[in-house]
Amino acid sequence: MAKKVALIQGNEACAQGALYAGCSFFAGYPITPSTEVAEVMSIELPKIGGKFIQMEDEIGAIAALIGAALTGAKALDSTSGPGMSLKQELLGYACIAEIPCVIVNVQRGGPSTGMPTGPSQSDMQQAMWGTHGDHAAIVLTPASCQEIYEETVRAFNLAEKYRMPVQIQLDEICAHMREKVEYAEPGELEVIDREAPSVPPEEYKPYDASKGLVPPLASFGSGYRYHVTGLNKAADGFPTTKAELVDAEERRQIDKIMLNQEDIQKNEEYLLDDAEVILFAYGSTSRSARYAVNELRKDGVKAGMFRPLTMWPFPEKRVAELADQAGAIVCPEMNLGQMVREVERVAKGNCTVAHIGRVDGEPINPGQIIDKVKEVL
Amino acid sequence: MAERYELRFSGAGGQGLITAGIILAEAASIIENKYAVQSQSYGPEARGGASKSEVIISEEPIDYPKATVVDACLAMTQEAADKYAVGIKPGGLLLVDSDFVKNPPQGDYKVYDMPIMRTAKEEVGREIVANVIALGAMIALTDVVKRESGEKAVLAKVPEAFIDLNKKAYNIGFEKVKDLLEK
Repeated sequence: MAKKVALIQGNEACAQGALYAGCSFFAGYPITPSTEVAEVMSIELPKIGGKFIQMEDEIGAIAALIGAALTGAKALDSTSGPGMSLKQELLGYACIAEIPCVIVNVQRGGPSTGMPTGPSQSDMQQAMWGTHGDHAAIVLTPASCQEIYEETVRAFNLAEKYRMPVQIQLDEICAHMREKVEYAEPGELEVIDREAPSVPPEEYKPYDASKGLVPPLASFGSGYRYHVTGLNKAADGFPTTKAELVDAEERRQIDKIMLNQEDIQKNEEYLLDDAEVILFAYGSTSRSARYAVNELRKDGVKAGMFRPLTMWPFPEKRVAELADQAGAIVCPEMNLGQMVREVERVAKGNCTVAHIGRVDGEPINPGQIIDKVKEVL
Repeated sequence: MAERYELRFSGAGGQGLITAGIILAEAASIIENKYAVQSQSYGPEARGGASKSEVIISEEPIDYPKATVVDACLAMTQEAADKYAVGIKPGGLLLVDSDFVKNPPQGDYKVYDMPIMRTAKEEVGREIVANVIALGAMIALTDVVKRESGEKAVLAKVPEAFIDLNKKAYNIGFEKVKDLLEK
């Protein structure tokens, strides 16, 4: 049978991916350029017995998200930069309390209200470091409508598997353009559901490290009673200031991601085998970069592209290898220098690292990239 | 067909040109199984004033999703023509609504004119279908998708009660251009 296909916007693809993953709860506060995610969820969730709630603001939305996730629901929130800034405190809460949920940030210019209708990639470091305190983050950067659909499913899988908030960073171009999306059949894409505790309620500890780096999370209402707090806590969930317990928990929460990077990392490598100059690009900018690579190859320039789909944790190992291989890495980004900092850090001076920044609300076009590559060579 | 074919539909906000772009992208990608990306002007510029919708069609996956050099452009108003009928490829084409675009920007491309809004009003009976007439005309001019694919995509988009109206509009747009080309 022919697959169901539709020409839809990136934002719509994101909502459809969430539904495929089994998302049954959405909380949010509408904001350009992310609103279509909420719009589709508001139409679709009631049909499947899910819940859609427009909260009083973005802080309320992530609070509702956390509450819903604790009942066992797969929960989605979508916003843009100004909303993401408001959510930072509770994003940290979801990190420390280890609550699975997915938050989409369709980036626009900033700081503050910025330019609502212009594309941007200027929240890339915020996605990692916006909330305070040491923590790990999982941040995905898909670049086409089909990929947004599939990566949203993966975002839910990672959230459930690693028991933590996962962020999807889109930009206005990917979010609003329309492309054909093939909807997956049930069972076609992997869907990971939350692991339930194997012990009876009286023995259950929500942060029991003896159960592994990711202890199972019991759903509220399933007979398990436990304490949830933003404070550093012991295995039973109650606050502690005992140095060894605090230290062990902090480290476990980072280790659960950093020691599982092989599972979490995902990249596309385009014509890298013999590449002398490598474009490090993501989101809609990677589409300009691919165009530029093809043009440069026609001119005999050995260009290639490394495109992270998992941006955080940063693909350090592979970027370090590429820095050894190539003469230069060029990073086009719709910001004034965010992911290029990571590339520079990891490259350790082993190759030239150059940046192309654009913050005028216009996309980085292939010509700009080609010019920069020729300048660097 | 070329590796990458770029179209831009421009006019006044509310004339349905974004819808026309979406329908064309559906004809290409859903019906003909090619690759297509549709994008549009967004925000304040799309509310009143000049608005645009871009469609890129290719036999290959499409990387850069915005127009680079436009193969074919439609301008329904003078303001849209002044603002968006730029960057047209040498040898490309521009279709204008001749009642509204008195001074089509000139360049190394062919300019076609047709009273699109007037045709909608006088020959189809509803100005609202001007975008569908324009779509039929652009498909006839460019052969970017088959005539039947365009019609099928139009009809899939409109409510039952407006099928005949839109079918008529699409075909009038298509045939008027074919007549124009035969002259």
